Amino acid sequence: MTRITLDGVAHSYGARPRDERDYALKPLSHVWRHGLAYALLGPSGCGKTTLLNIISGLVVPSQGRLLFDDRDVTRLSTERRNIAQVFQFPVIYDTMTVAENLAFPLKNRGIDKAAIGRRVAEIAEMLDLTRDLARRARGLSADVKQKVSLGRGLVRADVSAVLFDEPLTVIDPGLKWELRSKLKAVHRALDLLMIYVTHDQVEALTFADEVVVMNDGQVLQIGTPAELFERPAHTFVGYFIGSPGMNLLPARVAGREAEIDGHRFPLAASYPTAAPGQRVQIGVRPDHTTLRASGGLPVQVRRVEDLGRRQLARVTLGAHELVATVPPGTTLAAGAAAVHFDPARTHVYVDDRLVEGTP
Amino acid sequence: MPDKPLNNKAWFLVLPVLGFVLFSSLVPMMTVVNYAFQDTMGQNHFFWNGIAWFRHLLDPSTDSGQRFAGALTRTLLFSLAVLAIEIPLGIAVALCMPRHGRAIGPLLVVIALPMLIPWNVVGTMWQIFARQDIGLLGAALNGLGIPFNDTQYPVSAWSTILMMDVWHWTSMVVLLCYAGLRAIPDAFYQAARIDGARRWAVFINIELPKLHRVLVIAVLLRFMESFMIYTEPFVVTGGGPGEATSFLSLDLVKTALGQLDLGNAAAMSLVYLLISLTVCWVFFTAMTQIDRRREG
Amino acid sequence: MRHAGRRIGLGLYVLALLLPIYWLVIMSFKTNTEITSGLTFWPRHFVFLHYHHIFNDPVWRHGFLTSVTYVALNTVISVTIALPAAYAFNRYRFLGDKHVFFWLLSNLMAPPAVYAMPFFNLYYAVGLFDTVWAVALAHCLFNVPLAVWILEGFIAGVPREIDETAEIDGYSFPRFFVRIFIPLIGNGIGVAAFFCFMFSWVEQLLATTLTATNAQPFIAVMSRTYSAAGMDWGLLAAAGVLTMIPGALVIWFVRNHIAKGFALGRV
Repeated sequence: MTRITLDGVAHSYGARPRDERDYALKPLSHVWRHGLAYALLGPSGCGKTTLLNIISGLVVPSQGRLLFDDRDVTRLSTERRNIAQVFQFPVIYDTMTVAENLAFPLKNRGIDKAAIGRRVAEIAEMLDLTRDLARRARGLSADVKQKVSLGRGLVRADVSAVLFDEPLTVIDPGLKWELRSKLKAVHRALDLLMIYVTHDQVEALTFADEVVVMNDGQVLQIGTPAELFERPAHTFVGYFIGSPGMNLLPARVAGREAEIDGHRFPLAASYPTAAPGQRVQIGVRPDHTTLRASGGLPVQVRRVEDLGRRQLARVTLGAHELVATVPPGTTLAAGAAAVHFDPARTHVYVDDRLVEGTP
Repeated sequence: MPDKPLNNKAWFLVLPVLGFVLFSSLVPMMTVVNYAFQDTMGQNHFFWNGIAWFRHLLDPSTDSGQRFAGALTRTLLFSLAVLAIEIPLGIAVALCMPRHGRAIGPLLVVIALPMLIPWNVVGTMWQIFARQDIGLLGAALNGLGIPFNDTQYPVSAWSTILMMDVWHWTSMVVLLCYAGLRAIPDAFYQAARIDGARRWAVFINIELPKLHRVLVIAVLLRFMESFMIYTEPFVVTGGGPGEATSFLSLDLVKTALGQLDLGNAAAMSLVYLLISLTVCWVFFTAMTQIDRRREG
Repeated sequence: MRHAGRRIGLGLYVLALLLPIYWLVIMSFKTNTEITSGLTFWPRHFVFLHYHHIFNDPVWRHGFLTSVTYVALNTVISVTIALPAAYAFNRYRFLGDKHVFFWLLSNLMAPPAVYAMPFFNLYYAVGLFDTVWAVALAHCLFNVPLAVWILEGFIAGVPREIDETAEIDGYSFPRFFVRIFIPLIGNGIGVAAFFCFMFSWVEQLLATTLTATNAQPFIAVMSRTYSAAGMDWGLLAAAGVLTMIPGALVIWFVRNHIAKGFALGRV
């Protein structure tokens, strides 16, 4: 059983970080609970790999503490943590067979032969590698190689967390889905803590119990896929997650009412008036933005996209662009129309952060 | 690349190279072959001599045969010694090189420097360096009570030439291996750390397999260069003391240009060339085999 | 701890490389009396005497110019003719391609000692003996195959789709080759030129055999320091030091590609 605790962990690759921008990872405290699958989601260079490498011990953080249960492992070397890691590109030992690859971490730890054989067979069975055990690892396809590198992590009985660094990057699209469901099956079977780094929101949302969204070295929100979708804590989360992303419009908010370019509409809660100099935005997902013939904020329809199951319209409200859902059976007069925001799903952001209203 | 298009017009692109290299190799080679099967009474008067020169050369009971056998043995011994020292040393040094950082540029320049010094200057440098009166190495060894004099003792002469070659050419192995090592992604080292692999296991299971190809090139180039070595020993020892460091090429040049014994020299050239080519061919086949296995 | 071991190992190797060079360099600044009178690790009297001598003697200057000329000629010739051939070997199959390639490489393995005598005859017969052309052409024997080999490795790294795209865009082959392809393998050309420079600059046997007085290379002029009156050690050392400078300059320019170049662009 392992719980991983980050206590004010931050990292800068430069020797002496002078201001916030020098940090590849800004100070972060979080507890990763046993048995859950987490995804670290964010664009390239957002610090997610740095965070992963801190947990696996490949990078020693410049400040803060890392605890496995109650043990401080901040400076403990990688091989002495009970961590397995699967990398972006399959890392396998070319000259060995699949079986030898799987046995390698156990052999290095001086475990006796019979026990190694049993464990290798067990893991191979779980990953559907039994037929390939005697084959040379060099000639395998990328997805099998990736399974072998995963197997090398799982083979250790004491392993308590498995880290994945964009493991599906080099896998054929058709096999991605299959490998991902294999990962989920392994997760259920072994009851492990899994942390999965990716920049693909579909991968993150389908794989994880909880998703950690990062940008620019900072954790913006940690939540279940539904939470991220329904209540993005940050404008970045709003438009990074969901396709298309959240509509974000500069607005003035006073009490239970918002105003965009002189058009007023109601909100579900009451908000304090923002201080001067603060940037106030309204955020509504396209799913909760409905296009009507009339009766709402006046917009110009630019283009309607038929996505099969639903229709989306790209419209402009004054100078602002947004995306709205076209309810089935709506007939539109060309050009002018109106949009309606669902008040319960309309959020207010001050300086990019979500503000809670009072009912 | 199995799917290269067949195009015999590509020959036109190769023609200039062919012209130049034919002029530089085939025409002179014909002269050599010519001499090898003829003898002369002087004054450009040649007559057919059959394979007599070769019979002399390859029969150790004759004078020239004995000389040739001795020179060939010495050359092969030298090449083997060079490989035995330079390949492991080169790998070791390459492993010590930092993978990242600012020091690499200047470091590479220093390491490559010996290879860009004209060979007779390398010889001169070591001739001076090994002298017991004005050279640091010779004086230091003698100061330590080790009798060292490369004009008197064969052991001294051999060790000087070996040290010189190690100094001169290990860098080639280092650079080749360094290029090979740099091509290994960091993730391999990280995975090995997570797997708890020790340094030696990392070397055997990750580094050595990735170095396979560059090592074949390194062994090939080092064997060939050392098998052909001429200038450096010529400057340092002149083949001496006695015949101790008289390698094939030294002997050949002495026979051809010194004694103008053209028939003998030509026969030596051909045998010498044949040995070089055979080794070259074996390596070339091995290399293409590796390529094929990698792609297949 | 492991890091320290590596640093020490590397440090020792670099020290061993630099020591003979250091000895030569300080010797070139000593007077001959000081050189022969015992070991000193730093010149007691720092003199530029020997360099002064070389710079003011027309024979030395001419030798230097000769060396630079034939090395440059050889480098230009080798790379220019090797480029199309390397392209052909990498991109096409043609009658006897493998055999020709092997035969080319075999010239790389041919001992110069074998060629010294026939070259002398050949260049004497065609009237090129004792000219820079003799040496420049003779060095093509090993530099052309080497350049083909290196360039082939670099060309292998350029995807064939680029050739096809250019063809579809209506480029003629020569225009494509000069305008698109050559800029793409700029690094490879640099590395090949570096190696041609290197092997032509360091070669001594052919360079001295094929020249007498008119085109005497710098390294051959060095034999002037051996005289009946004994060795002129200081002058020899100074000349040796001067021969290292062009090489050092050239490496500095290619230092970032040198490792890849040694692996023939294929690692």
